[in-house]
Order: sequence, then structure tokens, then C-alpha cells
Amino acid sequence: MLLLGKNTQKSVLIAGLAACLLAAPAQAEEIWVSNEKDDTISVIDVATMEVIRTLPTGERPRGIVFSHDYSVLYICASDSDTVQVMDPVSGEILHDLPSGEDPEQFVLHPDNRHLYIANEDDAITTVVDVVTRTVVAQIDVGIEPEGMAVSPDGKYVITTSETTNMAHWIDTQTQELVANTLVDSRPRHAEFTKNGTQLWVSAEIGGTLSVFDVETKAKEVTLEFAVKGVHPDRVQPVGFEFTEDEKTAFVALGPANHVAVVNADTYEVEEYILVGRRVWHMAFNADKSLLFTTNGVSGDVTVIDVASRKAIKTIKVGRFPWGAALRP
Amino acid sequence: MFLRTVLALCLSASAATADVSVVIHYLRQDIEQPPVLSNLDPIPEDLGLRGAELALKENTTTGRFLGQTYTMEVTHVPPGGDLPAAARSALALTDLIVLDAPAEALLAVADLPEAANALIFNASAPDDSLRGADCRANLLHSLPSNAMRTDALAQFLVQRRWDDLALIAGTHPDDIAFADALHGSLTKFGLRLRSEKTWAFDADMRRTASQEVPLFTQDLRDHDILLIADEIHDFGRYIAYNTWDPRPVAGSEGLVPVTWSHVVEQWGAAQLQSRFDKLADRPMRSRDYAAWAAVRSIGEAVTRTGSGDTAALRTFLLGPDFELAGFKGRPMSYRNWNGQLRQPIPLVTDRALVAQAPLEGFLHQTSELDTLGQDRPESACTAF
Repeated sequence: MLLLGKNTQKSVLIAGLAACLLAAPAQAEEIWVSNEKDDTISVIDVATMEVIRTLPTGERPRGIVFSHDYSVLYICASDSDTVQVMDPVSGEILHDLPSGEDPEQFVLHPDNRHLYIANEDDAITTVVDVVTRTVVAQIDVGIEPEGMAVSPDGKYVITTSETTNMAHWIDTQTQELVANTLVDSRPRHAEFTKNGTQLWVSAEIGGTLSVFDVETKAKEVTLEFAVKGVHPDRVQPVGFEFTEDEKTAFVALGPANHVAVVNADTYEVEEYILVGRRVWHMAFNADKSLLFTTNGVSGDVTVIDVASRKAIKTIKVGRFPWGAALRP
Repeated sequence: MFLRTVLALCLSASAATADVSVVIHYLRQDIEQPPVLSNLDPIPEDLGLRGAELALKENTTTGRFLGQTYTMEVTHVPPGGDLPAAARSALALTDLIVLDAPAEALLAVADLPEAANALIFNASAPDDSLRGADCRANLLHSLPSNAMRTDALAQFLVQRRWDDLALIAGTHPDDIAFADALHGSLTKFGLRLRSEKTWAFDADMRRTASQEVPLFTQDLRDHDILLIADEIHDFGRYIAYNTWDPRPVAGSEGLVPVTWSHVVEQWGAAQLQSRFDKLADRPMRSRDYAAWAAVRSIGEAVTRTGSGDTAALRTFLLGPDFELAGFKGRPMSYRNWNGQLRQPIPLVTDRALVAQAPLEGFLHQTSELDTLGQDRPESACTAF
């Protein structure tokens, strides 16, 4: 899950950070990739598009996210039943956070302090204060919570439940559910867009993307995909990200081995880009000119040139790459 | 010490919000198991039922957010007991039945006047006849048919170009039915059965099964793989490594086409496996999966229609909008010409998933899943 550049506030943050970096020792942009079946993270140097470091993690690392100041990396070590906190400079695990069982994905609230964690085996979303390292709340959600999103204003956190087939809306003030909206089968990923006025949710088995109006929480549009030469059953949308102007979405289609390019205004699919096998999640580089997708089965990362919409390079990483995050 | 927040059941306008209370009856006819040579694999007494219980929990979780409740009644009829009577009492309280019984008993229940408007899920009988000439409009099948399983194996043999085959079949009716399905699949996919023998461990075989096997298999004609039809798991386990020619085995032993197995871990299956394990304290088996799929089908239909009306549920289940996420990588749906749940068939060994049918390259004009089992054009079912 990538939290960068979702709103102006963060862009300012990035600009500010870039300024700081001028003074600090030069550090290249990196894409960090969790390898689910290797218990490692591969660090890709964006300039050379090569793996420059491989760091050991807990068991079955899946979701990864940096703190907003990039001082630490949070890692869902699912089979270790913990969220690990890593120093990205040394690659050392600093400490663990209580996470509930089987943490799969999470999202960091704009306050940079509260992690909302989907506990896949327990039908619970756990809220952890990363400063006090305590569990603030646990919220009962549907079966197999997975996708996590937070609205830019921090008001709502979304958990999608894969077997209950819902997007659960959590009010971050009260840590209670305020709405539960049905989506198609196996919702995997959620993102707010258009200044937080829309919520998009992908449904892997349904083969669709649902667009909700945040104000009314009503479904506005259902997007479908059709990849030439690929059976519809194998078109399974999972992770997706928006370009800086929020006019275009890139959607990973799982075992269809393609990324769809969707016009976020007209909801038309403009293109399908062939990538590695079972493409799941993705992250942009800092200026969002390049997109890095994790391809689980082929164990590699595809680099897509955003302007030309072409795959330009494949980078071998560990076994079953899952999550991706930018470290500018 | 953790604060668990109270559920707020605020519902959005888009979700189905009607209060619905669904009662499902899980009805089982216990049967006497035939004696087998090995004591290694006892059949769990709660086989099937645990799958239904897990699905009920999942339905209940979803229902909490939608104002829908689910309850399940369970009845076990002892061997030789009066199943129709038990079915009548069940039908007096609900139209939704998950039935675990042999084919004949299933039909006896489906044909009760009280069952005319019921929706019965066959979660136990693999007989192809139930999907063909003996189909019933009130009977859906969450367990794959024998032909679906054997077609899956045949696709694999075609893909590997293991065209020449031999078959050893047992004498139990289940073995014979599975062997018949194998015959059909080999013909359908253009494979050659070059020899066939019946394993009847009688007075002529006075040593242990494993000692008999080399001699027994000596006269089989050249084959790439040896097929075994031993659905009651009597002699089949002693065949591998004891054959005259060194050949792999498949069918009821070795490489087995199954509804479900503990080795399935892709497509989110690991989560289902661990939920089941936690509930039942044993791995999930095919019959558990079939019962799970039946109860989840009901839940999915209730969720999407917002209705507990049996006729409405049946229409939705057989319609184009129904899909069940079955942790086998593809959406599952019901064939609207015979009530069979379309589903992928994993091909497994004890330790790994080898492949999953439909295999790549086996195409179909409507659904690749329909390359497995009876397809619409050849279906003898007229009840739908």
C-alpha cells in the first residue's frame, strides 16, 4: 500500500523532504518489495533498476508501508503474527508492534501514529498506536479482512473483507463501523481518490472495480475488464494506484498477467499492459513516471513507463513478491 | 485488556437491508462403511457436518452487517433408519436442506411431496446419474460428479501425453462407478485404455496385497500410467512401487482428482484451511468442502437478494449473477441445466497440488469449467 502523494498536503511533505535530502547525504530513490515466501525484502534502486539490498524479515511478509517521514518501515509479518518496525538505513528490526493474529495489510493514518491492521484469520481490524506500541481498539469486521484504505482527511478507514464481500467503513474518531457496503466477490484492495470524494474497491473473483461516492456511501459505477486472449475467470483485479493528477488508474489483474490502464473520469479501460505472472500490488517512483508491479508467480517486478504505458524492464526479486513501497 | 468496540450496525442504502431469518437443515443418513485392509485412515464421524458449520459461521458474520440471521438444525439418521420421516420433519420447518446421503436416499427425499418446493443440496453423492437422467429440479449438487473428477484427470493425461493406460478396479459399487466415469473420460479425451483388471482379493490371493501386486500387474500391456479405481480405499494404497513395471499411479490413489484437499493453499485457500482446522481440529476434506459450498451458496444468495424466499434463492442460484468464491481460483456457479456447481478440480498427491483442472488449452464456448463433467448438449437431465 502506497501512501505517497494522495493529496497536496503530502506533496508538500515530499517537497519539504526533498529539500532536506539536498542537505543530507545523497540517497537514491528506492522501491521496497516484500517477498512473501522468502521472508525477505528486496530493495530496488530506481535509477539502475537493480536489487541493491536483500533484508531478512519475519515470516511471510506481505503489506509494507513507510512512516510519513520515512524513518521506519512497518512490515506485516503475517506468520509471525506481528508488525515489525525496521530501520530502513541499517535494515535492522528495531522492535515489533502488537498486531493481532495474521496481519496481512495495513494503512497508516495521516496522523502518522495509528496503524489500522487487517487481521486476516480473525475477522478483526486492529488499531495500534505506534508510539505507545499498544492496541487502541479492535473492530469486528467481516471474514478475511484484507484491503485497507484511509481517507485523505483521516476521517474514514476502510477494511474490505474477502469472504463477507464488503467494504467496512470505520469512523476513526469512535473506532466504530458506520457503514458496511456490499461489493463483488473477494474484495482485495481499496483506495480513496478525487480528494477523498470517491472510494474504489477491487473484487478479485468478481472481476470488477466498484466506485463509491464517499458522501452517500452508495456505489456509483462498477468497472469490468476484458483482456484479449484471457478467459474472464482469470481476470482478477487486485492492487491499483492512481497517477498524480488522479485521472488515470493502473489496476493489477492478477493471473491475467496484465495491468489495466483506466481513465478515472470516464471509467473506460484504455489499455492493457503485459507484465509478469500473477501481478498483485504496485508502487510509483517519486515523480510517478515509473510504476513497479509485484508479480507473485514469476518472482519479479515489472517496471512500467507511465507516459508511454509500456513495460520497460523486469527485475528478478525473491519468491512471491507481494507488497511494494517507495522510499524517496 | 484490548478494547473491542461494539458493532455498529448502521447500514448503507446500497446493501440489502431486509431482516431475514434463514433456517438450514443438515440431514445425514449414516451408512455402514465397508471393511478395508488398512486402519490408517479412519473416516471422521463429523465429515461434511464441520464444513457446513464453518459456512454457517461465515454466513452469520456477513448477516450481522445486513440484519440477516442463520441457524442450522442437524439430524443424523442411523444406518437403516427412516430417512424420509426425518426429512418430512425437517421440511416442516424449512425448505433449505443440505443432504448427506447415498443417491437412492437422496432421490427418495427429493421426491417427497413435502419437498416439492424445497431446495436440497447434495453434498455427498458423486453419481453421474443424479446430474443426468435422475436429476431433480429441487436438487442442486455442491459435490462434483465422478465425471468431473475423471475428466480433470484425463485432461492432465492429455497434457502430459500419457496416452496409454491400464486400469485396476475394485468391486465395490463406488469403485465400479468411478471406473465407469474413467472409461467415459478416456473416450471423451481420446486416451487409450490398453488393459483392465478387477481386483477381487479372494481365495486365489493368499499373500498380503503388496506381495500380490507384482504378479497381478505383470500381464498389463504397455502403459504410461496405471489407473486405480478404489474409492473405498481398500487395496489401492498397496499398488504404488509394487507394480511389475515402474509406473506412476493415478485415480483413487497417487495422483488424485479431488473436490478439496489440505494441500490446496493457493487462491486464499490457506485462510479457509486454517479456519476449518481451528473449528474441526483436523484438515478439511472433500465432503466437508461440499457441505461448506452448499451452505455458503445459500448465504451468498441471501446476501445478494436480501431474501430468504426459497423460490427467489433458487432463481438467483441458477442465474447468471450468482458466483461463489470457492478458494479454487475461479468464480463458481451452478449449471442451470442440471443444478451442478461448476468448480475447478485440484489434482493432488498427499503432499502437493500437482495441477488444477480445467487445464490450459481445454476451451469451452461458455465456461472452461464446463469442460469437466456432463455438458449441456449431452445432458440427459430434463427437469430444469
